[in-house]
Amino acid sequence: MVDSVQRTAEPAIGPVNHDKPRRRFRRKLNSYTGAPLLMISINLVLFALFFVWPAAIGLGYSFTSYTGIGDAPFVGTDNYTKLFADPAFWAALKRTLIYTASVVPLSFVAALGTAYLLVSPYTKGKSVARVVFFLPWLISPIIVGVIWRWLFGENFGLVNFIIEKFGGSAVSWQSNGDLSLIVVIVAATWAGTAFNMLLFIAALKNVPVSYYEAADLDGANAWQKFRRITLPAIAPTSFIVILLSTLHTMKEYSLIVAVNAGGPGTENNLIVQYIYSTGFRKAQIGYASAASFILLLILMVIALVQMLANRRKGN
Amino acid sequence: MAVDTKPPALRRSRKKAGARSGDLLRAVTSSTVMWVLVVIYALPTLWFVVSSFKSAGELFTYPLTFWPKHFTIDGYVKAWTQFDFAQYFINTLIVAVSATVLTVVASAMAGYALAKYQSWWLKIFAVCILATTMLPGETILAPLFLVVRNLGLYNSLSGVVVPAVITATGTFMFRQFFLTAPNDLLEAARIDGSGEFSTFLRIMLPLARPIILTLAIFSFQWRWNDYLWPLIILNDPNQFTLQIGVASIIGANNVNWSVLLGASVLSMVPLVAIYLVFQKYVMSADMNAGLKD
Repeated sequence: MVDSVQRTAEPAIGPVNHDKPRRRFRRKLNSYTGAPLLMISINLVLFALFFVWPAAIGLGYSFTSYTGIGDAPFVGTDNYTKLFADPAFWAALKRTLIYTASVVPLSFVAALGTAYLLVSPYTKGKSVARVVFFLPWLISPIIVGVIWRWLFGENFGLVNFIIEKFGGSAVSWQSNGDLSLIVVIVAATWAGTAFNMLLFIAALKNVPVSYYEAADLDGANAWQKFRRITLPAIAPTSFIVILLSTLHTMKEYSLIVAVNAGGPGTENNLIVQYIYSTGFRKAQIGYASAASFILLLILMVIALVQMLANRRKGN
Repeated sequence: MAVDTKPPALRRSRKKAGARSGDLLRAVTSSTVMWVLVVIYALPTLWFVVSSFKSAGELFTYPLTFWPKHFTIDGYVKAWTQFDFAQYFINTLIVAVSATVLTVVASAMAGYALAKYQSWWLKIFAVCILATTMLPGETILAPLFLVVRNLGLYNSLSGVVVPAVITATGTFMFRQFFLTAPNDLLEAARIDGSGEFSTFLRIMLPLARPIILTLAIFSFQWRWNDYLWPLIILNDPNQFTLQIGVASIIGANNVNWSVLLGASVLSMVPLVAIYLVFQKYVMSADMNAGLKD
């Protein structure tokens, strides 16, 4: 946070202008209650409209068999019992968990690794490397999917071409469900590195150099310094990175649509795709709402567990 | 957390002063590792862009060559003419620009209110905004769609824009920034009789220029690359955004790769251009500000 203090302290002197027209705004706005209320009004209205309202009616509709038009007959907990009995739901949930459990650690390591190299005094050519590492952030999940689908095409991809050139046989990246998921995992890691890397760069720059100097005097090696100084110092950022990327990865949709459309078949349907296809393709709004609420609960539990774990570690 | 207040430049020079003989070896290995990673990270995009200049026939001709044998922009021309790409571009631009402007305005005001005023309802509001990160739109997809439809925003670009304006990241970026803006300024303005709103507009907001630019770029990127929400809201092909357009090429039974490559590269160009111009505002973004405490 300290760098931001420095950033603001300096230009603060400039814009103070005592000659500005006074009392131009109505007296009402001058009150210390009215002004902040007006300032948060846009976000407040949007929050009520697009979070509170949908959450409320969503919960309501999850107990009905609403299809988007006409009546919404009350069916009790039917949707939930049907959901828990649906193997497709469990398959999607399991696939989502495997996907998340792979992508989050991989992109954590990739982001921290690239950030570490970019702040290290030993590396040369950092400015070019920084742009290259960051470029995937600019590319939309759909295009990221297309890029990796092109690279891992079964009959035309560069990867299979190289494998065959070295005497291997073409790997079925598209028609094998597990291999197909691996392609998505690699693509997500590649695309997710940039943003987390930014967070880590900011954190690494804030680690006090005096710690490293003290460690140098004590003869600590690079790994010991990283393990005992760097990692503990950036722990708050690590927590944020893990939390945000877990929440983000759990609700992946666009990327997997572009790589393999949740296929082969429905093998790699993730949970949001399940909600989308039941709610919007099959128009079972009530049922999809129930599935949405289960996802919401799962995300809340994940967030709470991670926060508790973080708090315990902090103590 | 105790933090070293020395600017990075100073630290580096100190480190160099204490250089030892092993430093050269470390420089070589670190740089090598970094450049291997650079190649790995650059390769997918590079291969993709280079391929887009190959002819439709050459794309699938073994053995593959890295550089196109016959340089052609056929794929681009076809993508531009076969689909209503100009319309997609305009639609996406409308969505991204209007959402960005609204997001910056709403976030700056809310962030300022959270930083400079104290009250119990503001604290509750802060928690509500934070909760939107934990409970993203995807978890209330179906009911959110119903709400937007009931508001009469279905199948219109405003239906894509309006729900996206509220963002916890943006609000807390501004809150964090305004927390560090000196209170003396605010007090001085009050003593001079400046109204609360005019203090915000004339004194505080100009200070926040870097944050405004950073959030603007982030917001533009979010909306430009959005797929699922526009897909649900927009039904009329005349309203489609670029991402829906590109995804419709993938959805076809026989993917026309030549067109797909051209269309994809075209859709990436604006963001890459914006990034290259405003690079420093993106790279200095301290996005975890606010979420951290």
